[in-house]
Amino acid sequence: MQPRLEVSDVAKSFTMHLRGGIHIPVVANVSFTLMPGECVVLGGPSGAGKSSILKMIYGNYAVDRGAIRVAGEGDVIDIAIAGPRRVLALRRDTLGYVSQFLRVVPRVASRDLVAEPLVERGASREEALAKADALLCRLNLPERLWHLPPATFSGGEQQRVNIARGFIAGHPLLLLDEPTASLDAKNRDVVIALIEEGKAAGRSFLGIFHDAEMRAAVADREIDVTAFAPGVAA
Amino acid sequence: MSVLLDDAPLLSVDGLTRFYGPRIGCRDVSFDLYPGEVLAVVGESGSGKTTLLNCLAGRLPLSSGNVSYRMRDGVVCDLALLGEAERRFLMRTDWGFVHQNPADGLRMNVSAGANVGERLMAIGDRHYCNIRGSALSWLERVEVPADRIDDDPRGFSGGMRQRLQIARNLVTAPRLVFMDEPTGGLDVSVQARLLDLIRALVADLGMAALVVTHDLAVARLLSHRIMVMKAGEVVEEGLTDRVLDDPHAPYTQLLVSSILQV
Amino acid sequence: MNTSQEETDAPYNFAYLDEQTKRMIRRAILKAVAIPGYQVPFASREMPMPYGWGTGGVQVTASVLGPDDVLKVIDQGADDTTNAVSIRAFFAKVAGVATTTHTADASIIQTRHRVPETPLEAGQILVFQVPIPEPLRFLEPRETETRVMHALEEYGLMHVKLYEDIARHGHIATTYAYPVKVEDRYVMDPSPIPKFDNPKLTNSPALQLYGAGREKRIYAIPPFTRVESLDFEDHPFEVQHFSEPCGLCGAEGVYLDEVILDDRGGRMFVCSDTDFCEGRREAGHRGHLAAAMEEGA
Repeated sequence: MQPRLEVSDVAKSFTMHLRGGIHIPVVANVSFTLMPGECVVLGGPSGAGKSSILKMIYGNYAVDRGAIRVAGEGDVIDIAIAGPRRVLALRRDTLGYVSQFLRVVPRVASRDLVAEPLVERGASREEALAKADALLCRLNLPERLWHLPPATFSGGEQQRVNIARGFIAGHPLLLLDEPTASLDAKNRDVVIALIEEGKAAGRSFLGIFHDAEMRAAVADREIDVTAFAPGVAA
Repeated sequence: MSVLLDDAPLLSVDGLTRFYGPRIGCRDVSFDLYPGEVLAVVGESGSGKTTLLNCLAGRLPLSSGNVSYRMRDGVVCDLALLGEAERRFLMRTDWGFVHQNPADGLRMNVSAGANVGERLMAIGDRHYCNIRGSALSWLERVEVPADRIDDDPRGFSGGMRQRLQIARNLVTAPRLVFMDEPTGGLDVSVQARLLDLIRALVADLGMAALVVTHDLAVARLLSHRIMVMKAGEVVEEGLTDRVLDDPHAPYTQLLVSSILQV
Repeated sequence: MNTSQEETDAPYNFAYLDEQTKRMIRRAILKAVAIPGYQVPFASREMPMPYGWGTGGVQVTASVLGPDDVLKVIDQGADDTTNAVSIRAFFAKVAGVATTTHTADASIIQTRHRVPETPLEAGQILVFQVPIPEPLRFLEPRETETRVMHALEEYGLMHVKLYEDIARHGHIATTYAYPVKVEDRYVMDPSPIPKFDNPKLTNSPALQLYGAGREKRIYAIPPFTRVESLDFEDHPFEVQHFSEPCGLCGAEGVYLDEVILDDRGGRMFVCSDTDFCEGRREAGHRGHLAAAMEEGA
């Protein structure tokens, strides 16, 4: 079977030109694969480069070296060298990302924000909104909040909007950066159920979860990111 | 913000260079702009972004380089070879130009309705009721109250003028819109509303846009891709969130680190 | 046109202007005739009258006038107002030409803001006095830009003006200097004639010359040229209608002036074209107020 994601020999560092050009290596020799229907968790202490790896896969960070191949619709695309238009198309159709904090356009109603990724993939507005409502309902977001922009919501409420937005389009590959950190147990269970359903449908998940219980519930395997620390011989 | 992949570029820029005497306006700028794509050009004042915009829009001759545009009929034209009449026709049908100062892009002494309707009349629409109908629906779309249709824009607020200017440009459904600091000089709250509007319109109409701005927040909100200019040259370009979250060029790092965190 | 000086002891050259100037103006006229509706720049001279009194028209008239011509001058349709009388007297003195008030007898008619009611014939020349020749001027103040607009036939702006009229008044409220398109090419200001006269411009057997002295422009409509008034499909061009006929001669379908008779609101409508009105009265036509006016006189 073709892997959904294949990361091979990726390295990332930052050069801080405003700090006298100091060079900060983040990770090196990052290599792993992710199969369809699999949920893999990145482990390791904070600062080990877990978020950076997710961001590289999403195309948000450039890589110094290596390849990140994502099996998209029809063909395999190497994010490390793909042009912006290809990355955007991949994000629309294949690659989803749930960040730690909601970061969206201000003054747009929550349900519209949630529906947006589905609309972009070509769904009708009505269909997308219906699905958004269902998802927000499932995540126990009070209905009175659906028509409000999430800027004034509590952290947990915002995060549920964020999760709904990430899961709605059913991307074949979803990157999760501590999506459940600010959720209570009940909603965390909803996310676990969503991941399980996705896996059953053949979708793949790559996540960072600090919560051991959560990890245990969803992870098929764990990758220790400390193995990718720069300077460690491959 | 959807982007189609398998199509030809709308605008192709190759080695665009413009000198002002011995001084550089902009040098060796190359890029392709595709249908439905929003490209932000950022940089401080004097970085050459406005020169680039004016060269592209045919308002300044190039010193060297090539700009080609794919017409509605699919034929790719070298803009330098286009006659004045064809160029101006393009400007008022298939292109839009949103100026930073609305007074530069509006006719301040004619009504809002006539401002919106002018392009329609310029391309031969001779039915008053249809023209007025289009004007009304566009005013509604840009949130200018319908009862202001017969007022001239001198009595409009800055934000309303800017929205009117946008309606005036979009009434012929252009495929490419140039925007020069479209939110410059507006209050923050007004700016935000205008950005929402531009974002929605660009997505709904599927037009390509080239937005010149010094405001990275505007670039992040509106654009798919970003081009950072300094001293007339492009120092970094790429996916908007990549350039802003992982800036490589020293100048981009300086720009990004200079954003005030509220 | 033999305009060589006939009386060597006369204080002026024939028709006031020197021959070189007339030649320059004739060149401009020829170009104007060749490009109907196009504004030809010319080196307008100082005339012994203020700007706004017809310096453009007078220069054109002086340049086309020959000793055998018969000149008629009207001001708002009347032969007997100051401006008309003065210009007629001016040419009688400096050119020694015959003058008339009868439209049919004149070979050259200089006019301020009217076209005579009597249809013009081949061989006649109508010379208009023009204050502002540029129809786009009120919407686009830059001359450089208006010239480009003419060159590229960018006339959307003219309809903006008409749109504004309808938006503000419910109909096209422009009643004079109503813009026209000449031979489907140039948009032209027909000078401040009432739009009532616009239909007389098209396909006229007479030559129409327009002179703007202060603005230094000459333009022309050659005989039998198509002249269309601009309009909208759903607001077509219309001329003014009058609810009553001329009080003196009973004419209908002509342009009327309102005349205030007293301080109590008394008023009457009479032909603006005095020659036409007199001609009808001589032919026995009587308006409903004619008797009262004759008694009062």
